[in-house]
Amino acid sequence: MLRDITLGQYFPGNSPIHRLDPRTKLIVLVVYIVSLFLAQSWISYGVMFLFLAYTIRISTIPLKAILKGMKPLVMILIFTGVLNLFFTREGPVLVEFWGLVITLDGVKRAVLMMARILMLITCTFLLTYTTSPIALTDGLESLMGPLKKIGVPVHELSMMMCIALRFIPTLIEETDKIMSAQKARGADFENGSLVERARALIPILVPLFVSAFRRADELATAMECRCYQGGQGRTKMKLLRYHRSDMTAFGVGGCLVVLIVLLGSFGL
Amino acid sequence: MEPILEIKNLTYTYSIGTPFEHTALDQVSFRVNWGEFIGIIGHTGSGKSTLMQQLNGLLKPTSGTVMLDGKDIWSDKKLTREARFRVGLVFQYPEYQLFEETVYRDIAFGPKNMGLSAEEIDRRVREAAGFVGLTEQQLEVSPFDLSGGQKRRVAIAGVIAMEPEVLILDEPTAGLDPMGRSEILGNIQAYREAKNATIMMVSHSMEDVARLTDRLLVLNGSKLAMEGTPGEVFQHAEQLQQMGLNIPQVTQVFLHLRRMGLDVQSVYTIEQAVEALKRLKGGTVQC
Repeated sequence: MLRDITLGQYFPGNSPIHRLDPRTKLIVLVVYIVSLFLAQSWISYGVMFLFLAYTIRISTIPLKAILKGMKPLVMILIFTGVLNLFFTREGPVLVEFWGLVITLDGVKRAVLMMARILMLITCTFLLTYTTSPIALTDGLESLMGPLKKIGVPVHELSMMMCIALRFIPTLIEETDKIMSAQKARGADFENGSLVERARALIPILVPLFVSAFRRADELATAMECRCYQGGQGRTKMKLLRYHRSDMTAFGVGGCLVVLIVLLGSFGL
Repeated sequence: MEPILEIKNLTYTYSIGTPFEHTALDQVSFRVNWGEFIGIIGHTGSGKSTLMQQLNGLLKPTSGTVMLDGKDIWSDKKLTREARFRVGLVFQYPEYQLFEETVYRDIAFGPKNMGLSAEEIDRRVREAAGFVGLTEQQLEVSPFDLSGGQKRRVAIAGVIAMEPEVLILDEPTAGLDPMGRSEILGNIQAYREAKNATIMMVSHSMEDVARLTDRLLVLNGSKLAMEGTPGEVFQHAEQLQQMGLNIPQVTQVFLHLRRMGLDVQSVYTIEQAVEALKRLKGGTVQC
């Protein structure tokens, strides 16, 4: 069923990772991703993997949930793997057929690339699984605060993001309902050619768009009724504050990047 | 005679194997006879909507069977699809499913999916529009230009046009003004009489179900709690109140009258109340 999609869904909990300041998590995530691209060798990748595995462990997020979220991305993974496998020409040749060459370097690169993408996705999932959308946008708004000085409407952007995230489950539920209603009128979404199936989407998409616009309109009115006027002079109910655990997280993140750079300088 | 629908030990559990697992229907069994008007009442979350979607094969039972006209609708793929057309389902707020450019084409969506001929589709669309009181001119306008009540009638016509033998409606009058409500209920009655159809209606209005239905199914906490004629069901006022339901206001008034020592039977429609009061008045005049 549609509502089983978990991509970017928040898993409420009270682990040390959940309790971290959203800004900390965002910054450490960026640090981790940068390290991931600096990592070149098996050893560096191993370090990155251990770090990630340990973080997942203390976050108490079930591994199953993370794996389930990966499903839609399997195609991208396979595509990357295949591309790297066949288009690397360096290194000793392992197999050769139909003009295609698989080299040892190709295999190595394909595996590393797939591992990199997997870790990239997992660490991003970990952020959205352990941080509520509201906390996430609050964190982003706070981090992008300096951009206000050059006229970027930071508050408005984060509000837009917040609303978009909040409406994803609502729209999924709505889609489910409309699909059932059209199925009750004999609509068939599973059979037929590609064109027929694409056409079968019209009875879902039109009502979905209509209702999305209706909701947007209602929400805008409701916000205006409560005198919403953007970020000017607006105070927060939950003030973001760094704690000792945030400092620890920064420390660990810093150590990680230093370690990876050091390993890289030794050619590892 | 064989019942048109027979539900045996129906159980349905959502999201099995996840933390969100939830049993929406628990060992529900009942029969629906040809031509009956059945009311389904129950508190929010009692499983009414899930039950409806079981009856036309939208949801597959976790266990138990749904028999339509003596055949299990899940025994064969063809029968499942057939059940979609023989059992018409009107969801809550059905006006949100409209999508076509004109009212005519929207009503024709169901019959078209049935693979009928163009003439037959045309006949059905016009007839269905007639049942819900839409005019010829309204057939050619965009459904999005109509009022809320009219949109709802277009959506109901969209299901009626498939000419289902069983028409199931989930709170068809929710959110309408009194005028719109009585119109919709009248439309349903008209369809029932013209086609000899079986009707099942979920409603929160005890007055409506008391007045219209032959039999009531009361759902509570995923289970079938009570079954019987409105007269029988409304005898159990206290039990109903414990389930977060109610009895018609006029029934409450008469229960009170009886407690005050007046010699009245329990009634559940305005008409019965009028009769009872007339009788009572006749009695006192005679004294």
